[in-house]
Amino acid sequence: MASLGELERSVMDQLWSTTDASTANELRDRLAQSEGQGHEAKDLAVTTVLTVLSRLEKKGLVERERGTRPHRYRAISTREDHTARLMHEALGTATDREAVLARFIGSVSEAEAATLRRLLARG
Amino acid sequence: MLLTAYLLAVLAILLAWPVPVALSRARWTSRSPFAAMVLWQSIALGGGLSMIGAMLVYGLEPLGDNLPQAVRRALGIVVGNRSSDQLHFWHLFALCAAALLGLHLVFTLGLTYARITTQRRRHRELLEVLSLPSGAIERTLVINHPAPVAYCLPGGSRSVTVLSDGLMEALTPGELSAVVDHERAHLTQRHHLLLWSFEAWRQALPWLPTTRLSRQAVSSLVEMLADDVARRTAPDEVLVRAIALVALGSAEAHAGQGGSPSGNGTERRTEPGMPEEGEASLASRVSRLLTPQPPLSHAQTTAVLAGSGLLLAVPTVLLLAPGLFS
Repeated sequence: MASLGELERSVMDQLWSTTDASTANELRDRLAQSEGQGHEAKDLAVTTVLTVLSRLEKKGLVERERGTRPHRYRAISTREDHTARLMHEALGTATDREAVLARFIGSVSEAEAATLRRLLARG
Repeated sequence: MLLTAYLLAVLAILLAWPVPVALSRARWTSRSPFAAMVLWQSIALGGGLSMIGAMLVYGLEPLGDNLPQAVRRALGIVVGNRSSDQLHFWHLFALCAAALLGLHLVFTLGLTYARITTQRRRHRELLEVLSLPSGAIERTLVINHPAPVAYCLPGGSRSVTVLSDGLMEALTPGELSAVVDHERAHLTQRHHLLLWSFEAWRQALPWLPTTRLSRQAVSSLVEMLADDVARRTAPDEVLVRAIALVALGSAEAHAGQGGSPSGNGTERRTEPGMPEEGEASLASRVSRLLTPQPPLSHAQTTAVLAGSGLLLAVPTVLLLAPGLFS
């Protein structure tokens, strides 16, 4: 079996690849297709997909349409939006996040870039 | 007792303003970042200890010749309902202020920890679905983003280094491994704990500008310490090139964002009279690699470390030594 983390990633990839909401059954089938080559995805149970979906829902990545049966799931925002948010935190550009992460280089202003170019030219 | 209170107050004032200002301007710190880091920590701890201690000793002064005795009598007043006639308004005021400040510091430390942990957990959750483990480098995640970004996410056994696609494309294998070594040094030397405590210090006492100074100094020293680990395996030029490529690359990425809401991310909150944070630290970080200075001599390092020890020992002895200045 693939680990839960890997499954979460594959399920999100599937949800991000369509704009429509999907049921757990549809997701299972699509996962089986995309990872069919030699992967164990074929034995993936729908209950496992549902577990992964509820974890993703708790993390605020996925929302459930409650009116329908079976429930349909969709991604809350795009992959790019989530990545942008992560990078914001990573670069320390979001307010008061500085202490959270030690990064190789934080956000660099134009003045700093100029200082750096000057230093390198001298060196 | 009264003399002890005054001495502690003088020490608290020295450690709250002139000493940190002088240290933040000192040039030797980039030559021996470790010694400087120890000194910053004892300034913070010694400062807090003497600030609280001065008020405590002043408030308890009428109750005894030394602190242990006075504390026993104070407990007698609180628990045993004994007369508190000896304590006048200003004594009670000082005692309340000491208790409030102590609680405030501990509470802020806890609150900052909780806030940081929540943010990290959230960050990690997103990272799990957005990144792929790097095939070539152990305990490293790769995230799909054009800007060159590298950072580490501490979390015990789940600590990881995160690199962006853009970074891996922009750097040569040698430069990349220097960056990874740098990030791993942050994790193994537990730099996040230092950043956390100084961030808490700053949030607890925002009206004291030197808390901001010390946080800046500590985050800049942490980078130098990590650079020094990377320098053990990578030549200085390689590390400098990596820093320059990442810094200039991310500056361009920001400039390119133009009108987007994150475009103003490079603006810094500045206060008059304080040096610009990142500029000074990035420049000093690079210039110490371009023109390496010899580290402090053995004697000088010993002196700094001994001074740091004294900053902690003096307020402790003043507080605890019974009847020292009675």
